[in-house]
Amino acid sequence: MSTTARKAGFGSVLWDYLTTVDHKKIAILYLIGGFFFFILGGLEAMLIRIQLIVPDNDFLSAQFYNEVLTMHGTTMIFLAAMPLLFALMNIAVPLQIGARDVAFPFVNSLGFWLFFFGGVMLNVSWFVTGAPDAGWTSYAPLSIFSEGHGVDFYSIGLQIAGFGTLMAGINFIVTIVNMRAPGMTYMRMPLFTWTTLIASVLILFAFPALTVGLFQLTFDRLFGANFFNPELGGNAIIWEHLFWIFGHPEVYILILPAFGVFSEVIPTFAKKRLFGYSSMVFATVLIAFFGFMVWAHHMFTVGLGPIANSIFAVATMAIAVPTGIKIFNWLFTLWGGSIRLTSPMVFALGFIPTFTIGGMTGVMLASAAADYQYHDSYFVVAHFHYVIVGGTVLGIFAGLIYWWPKMFGTLLNEKLNHWFFWLFFIGFHLTFFFQHFLGLMGMPRRYWVFGEGQGLDTFNFISTIGAFLMAVGTIVFVYNMVMTQVKGKKVSGDPWDARTLEWAIPSPPPFYNFKQLPLVRGLDPLWIEKTEGNGKMQPAEPLGDIHMPNNSFVPFVMSLGLFIAGFGVMFQGSYWFLAAIGFGLFFGSMIYRSFKDDLGYHIHKEDLEDEKGDGSNG
Amino acid sequence: MADNTNSTSEKQQFYRKKHKEEMKHHVLTFVMMIAFTLIAFGLVMADVSAMFTIPIILIMAAVQVAFQLYYFMHLNQEGHEMPALMIYSGIFAAFLTILALTTIVWW
Repeated sequence: MSTTARKAGFGSVLWDYLTTVDHKKIAILYLIGGFFFFILGGLEAMLIRIQLIVPDNDFLSAQFYNEVLTMHGTTMIFLAAMPLLFALMNIAVPLQIGARDVAFPFVNSLGFWLFFFGGVMLNVSWFVTGAPDAGWTSYAPLSIFSEGHGVDFYSIGLQIAGFGTLMAGINFIVTIVNMRAPGMTYMRMPLFTWTTLIASVLILFAFPALTVGLFQLTFDRLFGANFFNPELGGNAIIWEHLFWIFGHPEVYILILPAFGVFSEVIPTFAKKRLFGYSSMVFATVLIAFFGFMVWAHHMFTVGLGPIANSIFAVATMAIAVPTGIKIFNWLFTLWGGSIRLTSPMVFALGFIPTFTIGGMTGVMLASAAADYQYHDSYFVVAHFHYVIVGGTVLGIFAGLIYWWPKMFGTLLNEKLNHWFFWLFFIGFHLTFFFQHFLGLMGMPRRYWVFGEGQGLDTFNFISTIGAFLMAVGTIVFVYNMVMTQVKGKKVSGDPWDARTLEWAIPSPPPFYNFKQLPLVRGLDPLWIEKTEGNGKMQPAEPLGDIHMPNNSFVPFVMSLGLFIAGFGVMFQGSYWFLAAIGFGLFFGSMIYRSFKDDLGYHIHKEDLEDEKGDGSNG
Repeated sequence: MADNTNSTSEKQQFYRKKHKEEMKHHVLTFVMMIAFTLIAFGLVMADVSAMFTIPIILIMAAVQVAFQLYYFMHLNQEGHEMPALMIYSGIFAAFLTILALTTIVWW
């Protein structure tokens, strides 16, 4: 019965992954997709830094630089950071709450394929009429006047990927609200599950603003609408508002799960319960709440007036308070702990000072009056790379290394992980620390060259060297991932001596996760059993049949349909037939799915009894 | 055994009473909603000044939505705290968006 025991050919493995609805396999898909786009976005970053290594460089043309810059931002936010976080959520959350899968496995798969095809759509633009070139924010009216189809690829590609994200968010909310194991109350949930829940709520409420904005952009560009055209009664500022009503919660969607990862890693390797658990939860919720009231701090120089600016400035500074609570809680968790400097822990320790610097420049930028000086300079670039790379990316890598055993059953080489960390960390600070000064010296962001003899040469040169160090670090990590999988040395279910439920089952877990749902007796349930029980989770139910969902190819076809339809809508004229085919596939799959009774199957009790082990660690 | 039947009938009585009360609420809110609708139409047909009519209609609409959610979609019953929380968060986010787009953009 065990599916892992069978040695499968390449074709059947591929088919398995194309049709899978298992959250663990979808996590691997998100990881592969996200990492691919991470490398792509990294290459674009390298092009930017090479262009800026010396003054008046002509390595890239101005137009191509705009495209590379736009695609770097868009790729890293939407196609690298988000899916990599979804990879972590997918592998960890159902296991942490003691569930057998997410609430809607089919929707989970659909979410991934929509993201994937949205990302491919965006990147097809490189080969067709040129990539989007209006910045990752695509402000109107620049985005309206941008020639070629670049911005159309942006609006339609992100629309498709955005649908996927929205679905994933809803799925996690329902999963966490409804599928917690017996005894797992809200205040016993691991912090990563909490931050996933809150980030999903943010997705649910923030992404519709992007959906609306992107539709308006699409209709303005392709169908002669005039939402952003002041001459015909439109208003270009609508886009900025809609984009940032989405965009500011988006940065919390990126950072909160990373906070969650560190809140798992630090207690595990300090061998201490998380300090101030309830204040951590409170701070997370508070950050999410404030996150919706600060978007206009991206628009201080738009001319909203002093009153609006002051309100948003004060609200923005207020966010520093819950964030500060979190920083101190991590420090107090470390205090007096017996610390093991494993690589996830080193990432966590590197994160704390880095993110604090990013938060500090954030408060500087929040002062509306001072922001007139910082606005659109490299100071802003330095700030958001400190919080996104120093927070989210370090968090993603810490989580990836930490949960790698749960995904693949192997352990990444610790020595190479440390090499990766130090190369990446030193490279990162070299790249971005000096950009603070470049910004204060007046270097504007997004410019494709800087002039000679303005005192900008040295810092730009250092910045580029740092970028190369980050690239070398990433290559070390990719090598590590590949070599670890080639060697394939299996580890136990709990290689880190960790505290939460996911470590109570083998690595990788059986496809049904828990043979019997575990009984949760408190926060850090596995640790409670280790210290007060026999080290194994006690079952909360007798052994019984397990209901499992069937694999399905429909999500892939649906997403492919939207992908094809996107081209038809974009090129119009004789290409309308593509839209017909695409939407036909899309709605056809929907109808097929609606009328077919897919009730899944049961793993029978007798087969479960035959499987080795008791479903728990050991 | 006798004890058992006794408690069952008590239970039945309890539920009957509860259902009766629920029915009363349903009918009451339904009547009020119809009344509100009639008032709204009446105000417009009677040509009362718009400055008065518009706020009244909006308030009555809000009350009607609340009636719908609480009495007809059972938000007033136990176990609906999470949906209620999500609905209010959504209203909060939507309210901020609409407030921003109406005041800052068109003020």
